Amino acid sequence: MPITLNVNRKPHSVDVPGDTPLLWILRDVLGLKGTKYGCGITLCGACTVLVDGHAVRSCIMPVRSVENRMITTIEGLADTVIHPVQQAWEEIDVPQCGYCQPGQIMSAAALLSTKPKPTDADIDSAMSGNLCRCGTYPRIREAIHHAAELLASKGGTR
Amino acid sequence: MNSDRRSFLKICAIAGGGFVLELHETPLALAQARRNFTPPPLEPRAFVHIAPDGSVTIMAKNPEGGQGVKTHLPMLIAEELDIDWKDVKVEQADGDQKLYGFQFLGGSTATPMNWDPLRRVGAAWRQMLVSAAATAWGVPESECSTKAGRALHSASGRSAGYGELVAKAASLTPPALNSVKLKKAADYTIIGTSRRNVDNRAIVTGEPIFGIDVELPGMLHAVLHKCPVFGGKVKTANTEEIAKMPGVRKVLIVAGTLVDDKVIPLNPGLEPGVAILADTWWQAQSARTSLKVEWDFGAGASQSSASFAQQAADAFKQPFEHVVGEYGNVDAALKGASKVLEATYAYPFLPHNTLEPQGSTASFKDRKLEIWSTTQDPAAVRRLTARITGISESDVTIHMIRAGGSFGRRFTNDDDVEAAWLSKQAGQPVKITWSREDDMTHDNYRAAGWIGLKAGLDAKGSVVAWRQHFVTFGDGKRTPFDAGINPHEFPAGYTPAYQLGMSNSILLGIRTGPLRAPQVNGRAFVLQSFLDELAFAAGRDPLDLQLELLSRPPASGFGFQPQNPFGGANPERLRGVLETVAEMSNWRKRKKEKGRGMGIAAFFCHMSYFADVADVSVDSQNRITVHQIWAAGDLGSHVINPRAAESQTFGGIIDALSQMEQEITLAKGEVEQDNFDKQPLLRMPQVPKIEVQFRKTEFSPTGLGEPMLPPVIPAVTNAVFAATGKRIRTLPLKRSGFAFA
Repeated sequence: MPITLNVNRKPHSVDVPGDTPLLWILRDVLGLKGTKYGCGITLCGACTVLVDGHAVRSCIMPVRSVENRMITTIEGLADTVIHPVQQAWEEIDVPQCGYCQPGQIMSAAALLSTKPKPTDADIDSAMSGNLCRCGTYPRIREAIHHAAELLASKGGTR
Repeated sequence: MNSDRRSFLKICAIAGGGFVLELHETPLALAQARRNFTPPPLEPRAFVHIAPDGSVTIMAKNPEGGQGVKTHLPMLIAEELDIDWKDVKVEQADGDQKLYGFQFLGGSTATPMNWDPLRRVGAAWRQMLVSAAATAWGVPESECSTKAGRALHSASGRSAGYGELVAKAASLTPPALNSVKLKKAADYTIIGTSRRNVDNRAIVTGEPIFGIDVELPGMLHAVLHKCPVFGGKVKTANTEEIAKMPGVRKVLIVAGTLVDDKVIPLNPGLEPGVAILADTWWQAQSARTSLKVEWDFGAGASQSSASFAQQAADAFKQPFEHVVGEYGNVDAALKGASKVLEATYAYPFLPHNTLEPQGSTASFKDRKLEIWSTTQDPAAVRRLTARITGISESDVTIHMIRAGGSFGRRFTNDDDVEAAWLSKQAGQPVKITWSREDDMTHDNYRAAGWIGLKAGLDAKGSVVAWRQHFVTFGDGKRTPFDAGINPHEFPAGYTPAYQLGMSNSILLGIRTGPLRAPQVNGRAFVLQSFLDELAFAAGRDPLDLQLELLSRPPASGFGFQPQNPFGGANPERLRGVLETVAEMSNWRKRKKEKGRGMGIAAFFCHMSYFADVADVSVDSQNRITVHQIWAAGDLGSHVINPRAAESQTFGGIIDALSQMEQEITLAKGEVEQDNFDKQPLLRMPQVPKIEVQFRKTEFSPTGLGEPMLPPVIPAVTNAVFAATGKRIRTLPLKRSGFAFA
């Protein structure tokens, strides 16, 4: 039975076992490789995507459980060229190797959609599930505060 | 005991292999010696392509794994080419040393090896453009200048963009690189200004730019299920059953090509196991869960961390097996000392944990190999993959792909060897992707080490003797990769009498390799902690004790050697960073309060200097909160990309803190930690405030990837001592009864 997925505002029909993790459907079936594999047990956050606006780890999420829900990946975060969180990441020059950053950005976007002006403690709590092996955490913190300003000046979250 | 310098060099080279040679050679000579290859002089036209519209493409010559070279090496060319950075597009070069010279990610060598040559490449191109303009205008070259991508003749007011001049300029013979005129530092407009990571847009929008993202038509996905004991071979496996599973195309028993040696080299060959090739990675990985393998574990199954610790303890009861360096009479100095201290330290095996696991994509066709590799060492990939597929090195094409972290892991190139071999067997392109468990259990680990120390203080509290017994792995005179020691690590040379011995008879059946700040990432903790112990025993400020040692002229053949950049520390520069960090952290006026303390440490490695101060508090359950780290660095006269350098330093400091909680242990030959649940990495809430300053000195610029790391750990453990009176002598923290909060 094909499964219907709504990914980045587009419908997709995939004929795969329903217990396949969403991550591998995104990467190897739909060709959306921005979402990354890091640990496969939800501990690193590299695979973070939004499901109905909430940050989830796609590496163990069975694809059938997200059927007909709104899935957003790093490729679909922006309505236009880039989302203010991505813009903040560029302007603060966050990335080193960059591998974890799509996941970090998705977690940050989810945080900012519920807390438009997060405190450092909010950031600690929302971002503690995303590992950065290069140690860009201080820059991520800066970028989230900067993204909050960008979003505020653009009239709130999208 | 013969203690002249020549003999140290010899022992050192034997003991450490590989990178230890760096201590005694200039980077270029080192690379040449290792590869038996002298690249032709650099050709400016290989590095810079100017389009008729004036846009400029600069080739990034080295592998990029997060250290920032893809941005900052092109900055060197752009500066001397005299162009506007906004007109520059950077492209990753393929692995081709005949075209680009040495291509290498490691040893913090990118800056010192390229600072001069790449500026000259830019200047040579500029000179060719000026020459073309002068000819076109019929004026002497000496009357022409350049600015932001244009050649100018101010006397006549004429000017032309580089795009207009390129057709003529590119046809000229490039000038000899050592003859070109370089800018004065005061005229720099790019070097020393902060430029963003050139791949930012691709990274933040999720473009498929990493090794794991490579996709070829007709490609199969592979996993290679290896024996939990390194080198163990397949006796039987249910390959027929696995071959019938969904999506599975091929199942192969891999006999492997591991060399049979008591000291396992960095690139030991193809590991045995069972390879599963399928249409998608998840299918290959899922099929793997049904694998039933009977292994021949081999001799490696008898090793355990408990046994290593026991063998180390036994080694300390015996005299050194080899003397690595000595001067003065340590016995006499210890006898005459008014106080003698002894301590034993230990540090564990460590994994690399690159967030992108190992993996590679290869296409073997018609006896030619094309490979998409995240390697740190493309020349090694060429050699190793040519060997495993039985083709000539010139038939290998290497595309260097951005790596999701390197840290020394991507020197072994086992993933590339696997992909190349599998593609040849399968007759179609293959991408292999290691699971996290594969990655953590089959790493080239930072070698564990044990150090026994004995030192004497005189009545005034000055260090008069230092004896150091390093216990490591090996066989005969050999040690595994980066498990050796060199005789220049501070305080060598600066104590009146010194003796460094090594015992290396513990046999090791797993791979070791370089990890960020190889060799000294563990030892700086030991050496700088023991100096702190001595200061405390003498009732002195540890900063004063270090500054005093560094004010003495070093013993002959030890410590700083002006002619040898990889020798020991220049005492003036090490003092400089210590004094700077003391000022930054208000060290002299630090408060003493129960449960909170500050610690200081400094280290020189990979040609650069760092000193750190840590401010920590420790609760009643021995949980440590690191409040702040101050770091002072000396990278010479220029920090090429300052904000990126600051970020890199933050990262190295955070890496060091992560290391304090990590370990790899073995039981029955198997690695006991296989994922992040058993191997913590620092997370956002644990990150302290970090303040970094770079102290500019007159020396040629040096690298940054590694030297910030070593002093962080002893700064923290010394701070823990200041806070609690408890000395951490064994890492990870939990082995000393501590943890991060």
